[in-house]
Amino acid sequence: MTLAIFVVLAAVSVISALLVISQKNSVISALYLIVTLGSQAVLYFMLGATFLGVLQIIVYAGAIMVLFLFVIMLLNLKRDEFGPDRRKGQRVVALLLTIFLAVEILAALKIGFPGHTALAGPSTVTGAPSEVARSLFVDYLYPFEIVSILLLVAIVGVIVLVRKRI
Amino acid sequence: MVPLSYYLVLSAILFVIGVIGVLINRNAIVIFMSIEIMLNAVNLSLIAFSQFMGSPAGQVMVFLVMAVAAAEAVVGLAIIVVIHRSRESINVDDVNLMKW
Amino acid sequence: MATYILIATLKVVVVFSVFMLIVAYLSYVERRLVARFQTRIGPNRVGPAGLLQPVADAIKLITKEEIFPDNANKLLFLLAPILSLVPALLIMSVVPFGDSVTLFGHNIDLIISDIDVGVLFVFAVTSLGVYGVVMAGWSSNSKYSLLGALRSSAQMISYEVSYGLSIVGVLMLAGTLNLMEIVENQSSLLDWYIFKQPIGFIIFLICGIAENNRAPFDLPEAESELVAGYFTEYSSMKFGMFFMAEYAQMVNVSAIVTTLFLGGWQGPLLPPVVWFLIKVFAFIFLYIWIRATLPRFRYDQLMSFGWKFLLPLALLNIFVTGIFMYL
Repeated sequence: MTLAIFVVLAAVSVISALLVISQKNSVISALYLIVTLGSQAVLYFMLGATFLGVLQIIVYAGAIMVLFLFVIMLLNLKRDEFGPDRRKGQRVVALLLTIFLAVEILAALKIGFPGHTALAGPSTVTGAPSEVARSLFVDYLYPFEIVSILLLVAIVGVIVLVRKRI
Repeated sequence: MVPLSYYLVLSAILFVIGVIGVLINRNAIVIFMSIEIMLNAVNLSLIAFSQFMGSPAGQVMVFLVMAVAAAEAVVGLAIIVVIHRSRESINVDDVNLMKW
Repeated sequence: MATYILIATLKVVVVFSVFMLIVAYLSYVERRLVARFQTRIGPNRVGPAGLLQPVADAIKLITKEEIFPDNANKLLFLLAPILSLVPALLIMSVVPFGDSVTLFGHNIDLIISDIDVGVLFVFAVTSLGVYGVVMAGWSSNSKYSLLGALRSSAQMISYEVSYGLSIVGVLMLAGTLNLMEIVENQSSLLDWYIFKQPIGFIIFLICGIAENNRAPFDLPEAESELVAGYFTEYSSMKFGMFFMAEYAQMVNVSAIVTTLFLGGWQGPLLPPVVWFLIKVFAFIFLYIWIRATLPRFRYDQLMSFGWKFLLPLALLNIFVTGIFMYL
C-alpha cells in the first residue's frame, strides 16, 4: 500500500520534472515545477518528516515559486523564441554526458554502502517539529545564525542590484 | 515498507533531470528552475537518510538548504531582471561580453 | 481500516456540505447586513424574506454566457478559479469543531485530520491561495487584470509574514502546533489566548482581513478602481467561484481565530459545535461590520502599514512574550 503510493508519487515527480525542462512557455514550466515540489512534500510526509513537508509547501511552493512567477510575468516572457543553437551538437553532447552521469550514480548506488545492507524501514521516526527544532537550536546553532545573516545579505544585495542609477 | 534505495534512486533520477535541464535550456529562468529541481533531489535523499538513520541532522540540513535556496533564487532572479533591463533578452547565450 | 475510511468520508461530506451552505448563504447575509447598516432593506423578494436569493444568484451565474478573452491562455484561465477555491476549502480539514463524540460505539474526534503540524498546514494552504490570483491576472491577457493581480498578490504575500509571526506568541504559550491541543489548553474562560495575547489577536485579525482581500484592504478588487481588478475578464460560474473562494476564506479566518484565540469549541452549557458556530458567526459579523463601516486603504498606505507597522509590532509581541515566559 505504501509502496503503491510511493510509486505514484515518484512517477508524478519524474514526469513533471521532465515537463519542466521541456516546455517552451516558462509559465507552464513554473506550474509543473510547483507540481514537482508538491509531490516532493508528500514524499517527505511519507517519510515521516511532517515539519519539513509543510515547510516545503510554505517556502518553496508558496514563496519561491510565486517569486518566479512574478519575474516571468513582469518580464513578459511568453514564448521561447531563441533561434538555433550557437554551437552545433551542443545538446547531443549534453545528453550524452548526462546519461554518463546517470549511469555513474546508479552504479554507485548498486555497489552499495559497505556495512549497511538494504535498510528496510525507518528506525526511529524523527520528523516532529520539536525534535528538529531541538537539534537546530542546540547542536546546529551556528549554521542557523549564519544562514539568517545570509538571508539578510541576500535581501540587501537584491535591493542594491535592482536599484536604478539615475 | 519502502526500502531506502528506492528513495535514493528517485533522488538520483531527479538530480539527473535537473542536470539535463541546466545543460539543454537557454532560457535563464528555466535553468534556475532546473537548479531548484536538483536541490530538491538532494533534499529528498537527505531526509531519507535522516529517517533511516534516526538522526534529525539530515532534516536540519534540509531546513538550511531551503533557506539558502531561497536566498539564491532571489539573488539570481534579481540578476536576471537587471540583465533583461539592459539587453532585453534572457537567453544565456547573449550574456557573452566577457568571452574572448 | 474500513471503518476509518468510512468515518473520514462521513466527516468530509458533512463538513463540506455545511461549509458550502454557509458560504452560499453568507452572500445573502452580507447583503442584508450591509443594507441594514445603510438603513435600507436588502434582498427580500426571492422566497420568504429573500432566503432563496443565493439559489437565484447561482442559477443566474450558471446560465450566463462564458466569455473567453482573445489570446488568453485557456488552460490557465480555467484553472485560476479552481486554484483560488480549493485552498480555501482545504483549511477546514484541520479545524476542530468539538470534543469527541461516541457514535455506534466508535469514538470520533470532531476534526477531519488531527495532524501534528496543524497550524503550519493552515499557513501552507493560505500561501497557496496566491496562485489563483496570479494566474487569473496573467491569463486574462489584459492590462487591468495583470496590474490588479500583481497588486493583490503583493498585498497577500506581504501580509502573510505578519500573519505567521502574530501567532508565534500563542505557539510559545501552548508549546504545540496541534490545533486540538491548543483548543484543549484553553479550557477555562481566563485561559483563552485572547486575554494573554491581545496584540497578537489584533494583528492576526487585521492580517487575516488583508489576506482575504476584504475591505478595508480591497483596493485590488474594488469596483471603482481598476475595473474590478484581477477578475475583470471572468464571467459566469468562474466569477462565482472567485466569490465563493473569498467568502470561504472569510469563514476560514474566523474559524482559525476562534480556534487559536477564543478557545475553539470550549463553552459552558451548550454543546461544543454550537459554541464553535456562535464564535465563528460572531467573527463573520465583525467582518461584515468592518466592511460596511471603514473606508479603504490606498495601496501604498496598505503596504507600508503591513511592512512598517504590523511586522515590527508582531516581532515586539514575540519578544515581550518571550520575556514574560522566562520570568
